[in-house]
Amino acid sequence: MARPEQPHDDEYTHVVPAALYISIWAALMVFTLITVLASFAELGPFNIVVALLIATIKGTLVVLFFMHLRYSPKLTMAAVIASIFFLFIMFSLTMTDYLSRGWATFAGR
Amino acid sequence: MATSTEIQAAERSFQHHFASIEQQRDTATFGMWMFLLTEIMFFGGLFCSYLVYRHNYYEAFVEGSQKMNIILGAVNTAVLICSSLSMAMGVRAAQMGNRKLMVILLLITIVFGFGFLGIKAVEYHEHWTNHEFPGPNFHFETGDPAHPATDPLHTEIYFGLYWAMTGLHALHMIIGIGLVTWLVIAGMRGAYSPMYYSPVENVGLYWHFVDLVWIYLFPLLYLISHKHS
Amino acid sequence: MATAVQPVVERETYLNSNYGLKSWLLTIDHKRIALLYLMSITAMFWLGGFFAMLIRLELLTPAGDLLSSDTYNKMFTMHGITMVFFFLIPSVPAVIGNFVIPLMIGAKDLAFPRLNLASWYIYMLGAGLALWGFLFGGVDTGWTFYTPFSTAYSNTHVVTVALGIFVVGFSSIFTGLNFIVTIHRMRAPGLTWNRLPLFIWSNYAASLIMVLGTPVVAITLLLVAFERLFHIGVFNPALGGDPLLFQHLFWFYSHPAVYIMILPGMGVISEVVTCFSRKRAFGYEFVALASIAIAVLGFLVWAHHMFVAGISMYSALVFSLLSYFVAIPSAVKVFNWTATMYKGSVRFDTPMLYAWAFIGLFTVGGLTGVFLASLGIDVHVTDTYFVVAHFHFVMVGGMVVAYLAGLHFWWPKITGKMYPEAPAKLSALLVFVGFNLTFLPQFVLGYMGMPRRYHAYPPEFQVLNVLSTAGASVLAVGYVLPMIYFLWSLRYGKDAGPNPWNAVGLEWMTPSPPPTHNFDETPVVTWEAYDYEHQPQEEITVGH
Repeated sequence: MARPEQPHDDEYTHVVPAALYISIWAALMVFTLITVLASFAELGPFNIVVALLIATIKGTLVVLFFMHLRYSPKLTMAAVIASIFFLFIMFSLTMTDYLSRGWATFAGR
Repeated sequence: MATSTEIQAAERSFQHHFASIEQQRDTATFGMWMFLLTEIMFFGGLFCSYLVYRHNYYEAFVEGSQKMNIILGAVNTAVLICSSLSMAMGVRAAQMGNRKLMVILLLITIVFGFGFLGIKAVEYHEHWTNHEFPGPNFHFETGDPAHPATDPLHTEIYFGLYWAMTGLHALHMIIGIGLVTWLVIAGMRGAYSPMYYSPVENVGLYWHFVDLVWIYLFPLLYLISHKHS
Repeated sequence: MATAVQPVVERETYLNSNYGLKSWLLTIDHKRIALLYLMSITAMFWLGGFFAMLIRLELLTPAGDLLSSDTYNKMFTMHGITMVFFFLIPSVPAVIGNFVIPLMIGAKDLAFPRLNLASWYIYMLGAGLALWGFLFGGVDTGWTFYTPFSTAYSNTHVVTVALGIFVVGFSSIFTGLNFIVTIHRMRAPGLTWNRLPLFIWSNYAASLIMVLGTPVVAITLLLVAFERLFHIGVFNPALGGDPLLFQHLFWFYSHPAVYIMILPGMGVISEVVTCFSRKRAFGYEFVALASIAIAVLGFLVWAHHMFVAGISMYSALVFSLLSYFVAIPSAVKVFNWTATMYKGSVRFDTPMLYAWAFIGLFTVGGLTGVFLASLGIDVHVTDTYFVVAHFHFVMVGGMVVAYLAGLHFWWPKITGKMYPEAPAKLSALLVFVGFNLTFLPQFVLGYMGMPRRYHAYPPEFQVLNVLSTAGASVLAVGYVLPMIYFLWSLRYGKDAGPNPWNAVGLEWMTPSPPPTHNFDETPVVTWEAYDYEHQPQEEITVGH
């Protein structure tokens, strides 16, 4: 029976420095503040763009560093990107229906 | 240096259909990522519904979201971010073999988790007493006597999505707290060490995912618009 | 003279390693779990068949005289739910995939054996919930659960059955997750991606769909349950909701779901066609990539189920175009199977008979799918028997036939026994004839305008309906016979040996039935897939 080896700092057992974690935490707190403040600015249709952009930045930081995706095999990154892709397919193709419902059609329909 | 308990725990954890403990560790982590992808699609259906109805009934959504307590929502966001920090540091402590620190950090994570749920409970109570739960007893008031509700029928949809999305999220939080509690108990018994800390890492992934969902829920539900027409 | 001597089993196999109910119910051996699934889905197949029988009996006469319309609604609903969620989706993956995949890649088990067992228990829980709903009044919404009928107007056990499907969805998700991780991480040394059997590629692609698509139908059914229980109006227009949103979310999964069903079957056909042509797969890379293409493109076409539901015309045009594209990789596979057989050394053992049936029937079914992708035709034949015939051609003429091909092909590996070839060939013939007699008339009926989901019809449609019911009876006999001779073979079948078909593949390099740990030594693979050129051309003698 194989005896488990002691860990070594390879691609998979990378130990992230505590300082990095704390910086990420600080960035997340700052971006939270920014998103709340930005919501009070009157940007019209761009409010949602800004909100989602900030949320995505925060999410990327969480996924890359807290979830170690930065230090994980490329396969994991490919899988995450694939699922986001299919999520966007669901959103965008569904919206092709709702966005075009009011458009002019041929006579009689 | 690993204690004999930890060495034994690591050896007991090795499953023999794997060729090596590295293969087991990588496989377990990859498996957790795959599970999280299914969770993305699971919440995704609700986000898709939100997208459609917000597009169709924007005013109704604005009025609904203006009844949200932004301060409590923002505080909760901060609470979850702090819990992610303590969780990440807890995983790191497990990697470094610092059992005591790991347990403390996991306990802090649990406290933050309960903090989130407590604040959520306060919010839920407020919405419930304001009849802002969809169903036969739903009754929506903007809170401003000068501005009656524009489209209460569709604000009910907004609240339906609010309760469904935050409720599903809270359920995942509860499960997460349960998982971290299990880690604390097993951890105190010396189950984890630098040789074997996969469960800590993988529960950590789950926990961060739950934080990630909230990072999107907060602006979408609470921060749609502060403009009162 | 000497009577038949029962060989004394000295060798440890997964079947004799442990006895007793507990050793089966608490097993984590993928091979035993595969057999647990075999029993469950066979039972559900017969339940679904029972509902089909009642449907076909009702349709013998134009008047709705056997069943009331409400009861008839329940019959086609429960037939669809049972067959789709509890038979077709698990069939090849959970039975054949579970058994064969670790063997094919030279592994000792799947990546997560305990999760595998949990998947079966989750399946049983979901089936239990659905059966409870069926028994205590049934459900009449159609397997598609369209709102607001399902959420506000139906008086049947919608919530129980919807929850049953919700639960069984997780069985599918965990199986797919297990397969993806296993195929990525547990392959034997030397087994690179382009040496993998096409059965692995197909199941991998199907698993991608299981993992990405099933959660969406899960949350959708949960919302249906909430809407029904708490009168939340997410999908109910009277309460501000949109019934089309339900359809978008439902079909986002349920269209790719049909590829979950067919892809593993296509994988079986790839294995059978190469073995019984004794040739490597023509265009291996194209077939492998076509599996992935089907999985990806399959996610882009769902609203072709909604062309007349009220979606915008422009959206319909987009989905129609995308639906044409999704036919291409399937066609690539059909061409490649045919080219594999060309100038091959073809033998017509039962698995190959089923494979031929598959290629013909799936092609017809697939082509009629392309007709349905055309907006002009779809407006005319949607919700008629044309659609019913189309999906039965691909699901029954395609998928069930492929499942039978796979059962026959791997039966010797699973049990160590050969099935009797003569009754098997007869069954294949009965299935083929019965199937065509059942479903070809339905294309005509649909084109002539007979609507689906109606228990009564105009008298001019009766002749074709009677033919269809007659065909169904023949088909049923074709399905009963394998039950009998497979069971017979367990006791009286000839010993199969490790490789009765002289096939190329790791699963044939271990004894039949395999030992619990699959291989005595982890194999190292140095050959390409389907390396029949370097295999000695031996006569297949076992079982003939």
